[in-house]
Amino acid sequence: MGLPSRISGLLPALLSSLAAVTVALLAGAMVIVFTGDDPVEAYRALFSGAFGGRRPIAETLVAATPLICGGLAFAVAAKAGMFNIGIEGQLLVAGLASGLVGAYAWNLPASIYLPLGVLSAMAAGGIWGAIPGVLKARFGSHEVITTIMLNYLAERLINYVISTEERFPVDPRSQSTQPVDPEARLPNLLDGTRLHWGFVLALVAAVVLWYVLFRTTLGYRVRAVGLSRGAAAYAGIPWGRTIVLAMVASGVLAGLAGAGQTLGLQGRHINLSAGYGFTAIAVGLVGRNHPVGVVGAGILFGAITSGATRMQNTAGTSKEIVQVLQGLVILSVAAFAAAGHFRLGQRLSARFGGGSAGRASGNDRSSGVGMGPEIEPQPGPPVL
Amino acid sequence: MAHPQQPGADAPPVIEMLGIVKRFPGVVANDGIDLVVLRGEIHALLGENGAGKSTLMNVLFGLYRPDEGVIRVDGKPAAFAGPRQAVGAGLGMVHQHFMLIPRFSVTENVILGAEGNSTLHLDRDAAEQTVGALAEEYGLRVDPRAKLADLPVGMQQRVEILRALYQGSRTLILDEPTALLTPQEVDELYAVLHRLREGGGTIIFITHKLREVAAISDRVTVIRRGKTVGTRITKETTAPELAELMVGREVILRVERPPASPGEPVLVAENLVVTGSRGEPALRGLDLTLRRGEILGICGVEGNGQTELVETLAGLRRPDSGRVRLKDQDVTGQDPIALRRAGLSYIPEDRHNRGLVLDFPLTENVLLGNTEAAAFSRGWRILRGALDAITRRLMRVFDVRAPSPQTHARALSGGNQQKLIIARELHREPDALLAAQPTRGVDVGAIEFVHRQLVRERDQGRGVLLISFDLDEILDLSDRILVLFGGRIVGEFVSGRVSRTELGLRMGGRGEEERGGVAVAD
Ligand SMILES: Nc1ncnc2c1ncn2[C@@H]1O[C@H](COP(=O)(O)OP(=O)(O)O)[C@@H](O)[C@H]1O
Ligand SMILES: [Mg+2]
Repeated sequence: MGLPSRISGLLPALLSSLAAVTVALLAGAMVIVFTGDDPVEAYRALFSGAFGGRRPIAETLVAATPLICGGLAFAVAAKAGMFNIGIEGQLLVAGLASGLVGAYAWNLPASIYLPLGVLSAMAAGGIWGAIPGVLKARFGSHEVITTIMLNYLAERLINYVISTEERFPVDPRSQSTQPVDPEARLPNLLDGTRLHWGFVLALVAAVVLWYVLFRTTLGYRVRAVGLSRGAAAYAGIPWGRTIVLAMVASGVLAGLAGAGQTLGLQGRHINLSAGYGFTAIAVGLVGRNHPVGVVGAGILFGAITSGATRMQNTAGTSKEIVQVLQGLVILSVAAFAAAGHFRLGQRLSARFGGGSAGRASGNDRSSGVGMGPEIEPQPGPPVL
Repeated sequence: MAHPQQPGADAPPVIEMLGIVKRFPGVVANDGIDLVVLRGEIHALLGENGAGKSTLMNVLFGLYRPDEGVIRVDGKPAAFAGPRQAVGAGLGMVHQHFMLIPRFSVTENVILGAEGNSTLHLDRDAAEQTVGALAEEYGLRVDPRAKLADLPVGMQQRVEILRALYQGSRTLILDEPTALLTPQEVDELYAVLHRLREGGGTIIFITHKLREVAAISDRVTVIRRGKTVGTRITKETTAPELAELMVGREVILRVERPPASPGEPVLVAENLVVTGSRGEPALRGLDLTLRRGEILGICGVEGNGQTELVETLAGLRRPDSGRVRLKDQDVTGQDPIALRRAGLSYIPEDRHNRGLVLDFPLTENVLLGNTEAAAFSRGWRILRGALDAITRRLMRVFDVRAPSPQTHARALSGGNQQKLIIARELHREPDALLAAQPTRGVDVGAIEFVHRQLVRERDQGRGVLLISFDLDEILDLSDRILVLFGGRIVGEFVSGRVSRTELGLRMGGRGEEERGGVAVAD
């Protein structure tokens, strides 16, 4: 094989994601035409609104920051075979925790206060993520149900705290915590923009996650459990502990997103959700649950979000079209992934894997399809 | 000649399949197959797993449409659009996996699909009588009123055959019909097939076992990788010739196995009681002792506690009671990691769901179960260079054919997947090796290789516990043989001093009562 395998393994996924995004943008163009606008003009405005200069780029990255963290959160859970749709709740409790810690104004130096704030967010997110993990490991409760319930619980908890002035440093009238102590804030990254150090933390998190997942025995165990519970058991990898670990990691990453919003962007926790925790699911899916892909997808979704305003102002295209675009990207990526599973993947593995492996040998059957010999491909029963 | 109906060269062809091509995405399952079956013969279709046998029969039966080729039945061109048309033309098929309804009675299953369109009313008594008479005629002894789920596998197969006959089939296709049968049931099946041939029927008998070709067929067509490589008259050919046709090179059919010199016990199970996955008692007080330097074979019909036994010894299941000792350690209830550290290796029977992570590259499959080993990791860090080097070496030494160590396990053939597992498990240099169905679903070439490895391990002083449903494999490899029936060891034999028949009787649970308890023929 010419390419190093690591790249050749990633290449089909990357190509398929790019193709999917292109198809989604084309479909989006058709929608824009139907709404009576000029798609070329709309996309031009969208693009310049997202990347045309220092400010737009900064705004794109500002929007991408929580999406990257949240996408990584989704990815790490997915690697263990867990469908974490509780990122929203994990992100919000984490934001609240760091908002409270910061709002107490404890008179600490930044070198202590800031890490404390970030860690409190990660801890809160981690706990919120651990709960569905433990419930699944111990009682088999499905994580989709429990994470949804924990999302509601997070919302109620925050409502309660934000409106309980006498106990917490909050301001019920503005529906937020008190402003965070300056020593606990994530500093600004680029003068004259809202870009903050949370973005750097997100990138660091992506690198760390990539390393842990693909270079350590810990990540290996998580991936093994996610791909084959039976083989993991055979190897002695404890399933329960591993999925709890992955859910904690997921919650911690979601918590980082919350810390970025609270300690970086807003300077306090505001009881108003932008729904980043849900968009993050799409980011994880579009990024194929790979840290590199998630960073790319996060920036893409960030760009669509931040370019939308310019699109509305200059091209007159309704801002809601952005939701349509995001939806189309998700649909298209899902469709490509499914099709790839059945066709492209098969052709590729027939060409690079099974085909050559089988043909290289004198006596082995070539099985381009991942069909077990024990599972004889049989047609359905005769029509009864 | 024993049977007057046995065809000469002048018997007319019933089935002619010429130049059949059937492609699946990424695979050409049939790549120009010719098959001519004469009236009144038993025609074996021989080929390795994946050679394309089932596909060819599904094409014949109208379940798949061929991409190219001509099919003639009784000299008339036939392109069936579905199984009903094939049945209408006098064909009947007994699938590799039965297609029966467990909750129905034998009669209901037999008449299924042929209830007749005229009446809604189903005359149960008449139907039962017809089915009973048909069963009588062909020696297919089975109670027409029994519920299918209550019947042993051999009986269920008879129901499939009955159904084909009931539908008026004159040509019967059996796809690997012996896979799930005891040797006695196989003999009974042969008798039924002979009876059918005497009655003028034609039979296509699919198999990958040479022994069966010799035992039952008049002629044999060998296919390899989707192509016909030859048709022979069974009496005029030899097993080595057929093996070579099937594999494409010369094959050593019997493993060289010098006498064993067993040493001290290495793996001992005492009075194991284990509950199965469905809550049923699976092992009911099982004892066994595996010594160094021997291959201890465990034979038995599938579902008599084999899976539970292996999984308990491998640490995947906890026994309700009883002990397991590995060397001097009591390892009862320990997890797989501890057992590996204590010197156990395990080739699991299910390589897709246990032995491999199919979507991992070969390197990471070599790492499976080895993450704690010093050769593979420092702390949490995986030593990727070392892992890659070890994988390459194992691929070379164990002849695992794949483009690179980064190839995903899914892309490998069954034989190469199995070799990879064996390479990984032997690399650990274990004291005791559990080999569960180590050659199930792999091709003849790889079987030969696996068998040689097991004997080599034995000769290096390791204890090898071989669990297999393939009686020939047990007889070829074992130094001692234990028969597992109903979750207990019901017989112990020294290899070479026991006949297939004797073993077969024990596997069917017979022979125990007369001797009053556990028999030891030593
Ligand atoms: N429905 C199917 N879709 C894709 N590939 C198939 C299908 N059926 C069989 N194959 C492939 O065709 C080849 C021949 O399979 P099969 O006819 O079942 O072999 P055999 O019965 O000789 O073991 C194998 O490589 C198998 O994986
Ligand atoms: Mg088959």
